[in-house]
Amino acid sequence: MGVDNPLGENIITTSLDALVNWSRKSSIWPMTFGLACCAIEMMATGASHNDLDRFGIIFRASPRQSDCIIIAGTVTKKMLPVIRTVYEQMPEPKWVIAMGACACSGGIFDTYSVVQGIDEALPVDVYIPGCPPRPEALLFGLMKLQDKIMKDKNSFGSAIGLGERIETVAA
Amino acid sequence: MAENNRAVLQLKEKFAASIIDVVEFRGEVTVTVKKDSIIEILSFLKHSLQYNLLTDLTAVDYLGKKEERYMMVYQLYSIPSKDRLRIKTPVNEADCRIPSATQVWRTANWLEREVFDLFGITFDNHPDLRRILMTDDWEGHPLRKDYPLQGPDREPYKGRLS
Repeated sequence: MGVDNPLGENIITTSLDALVNWSRKSSIWPMTFGLACCAIEMMATGASHNDLDRFGIIFRASPRQSDCIIIAGTVTKKMLPVIRTVYEQMPEPKWVIAMGACACSGGIFDTYSVVQGIDEALPVDVYIPGCPPRPEALLFGLMKLQDKIMKDKNSFGSAIGLGERIETVAA
Repeated sequence: MAENNRAVLQLKEKFAASIIDVVEFRGEVTVTVKKDSIIEILSFLKHSLQYNLLTDLTAVDYLGKKEERYMMVYQLYSIPSKDRLRIKTPVNEADCRIPSATQVWRTANWLEREVFDLFGITFDNHPDLRRILMTDDWEGHPLRKDYPLQGPDREPYKGRLS
């Protein structure tokens, strides 16, 4: 490859971004958090047939150990403060997936009590349409999130004081 | 026949002045009574006629359809006699309050809180009259007919534009 290997075959050289992003995308730990029927599909995606574990996606029961929250269901105005608190308890870096029509836009619930899309409150990375989305759709959304994480530029470096973070443009 | 219903016969005898209307529809007997004597009637039905179960308590908003805007509805069931009875009483918008039925059936507590929350009818002598479904700082009563469906802070849906 034109690069000398002075340290032998057991060493590979790469960029810090590639290493950090690869490890982050290979261990997305979503918050165990469901709101409505979408949560049933989310559980089905986590179960053996679709098996999220093979992506390193393991549901965590604490926001302190999570770095992704899947908004799986209808967000009512009464529930919104709870979701905000859970999101704020998650350590950086963190991502948000809006799963299903309700989380994306309020869905069929165009009423006084329902938040018209979780993006009114949280920064959403991936929107998954469907009512509810099938497990394949959720898997595809999670893989889209992995693609997005791989495009991150210097988010780790900036966190340890090496330069500025470069915002990625949406794919 | 509603005239032969055991509760109707007794009520007509004891509370003749308070009864507004008696209706039977598909075997369901409904007695509409005046608001002032509602607690005496309910407690007579429970203690003397064994209507010991209050299955539901709710309200209806007849905005623009009736003189008196709200109608309280009490769904009663007698476990010993295995029969049902519906008691209704109109509530005026200007005097939007009614005595609480918690002193007769304790289950009325949360049911009345729901009616208070969603219709804004005040229950006198209720032990704990707070909102039960909406948040504590909510403004307005969503099940009233004049409450906008999308909420007061949003532009109402006007149908498809195309």
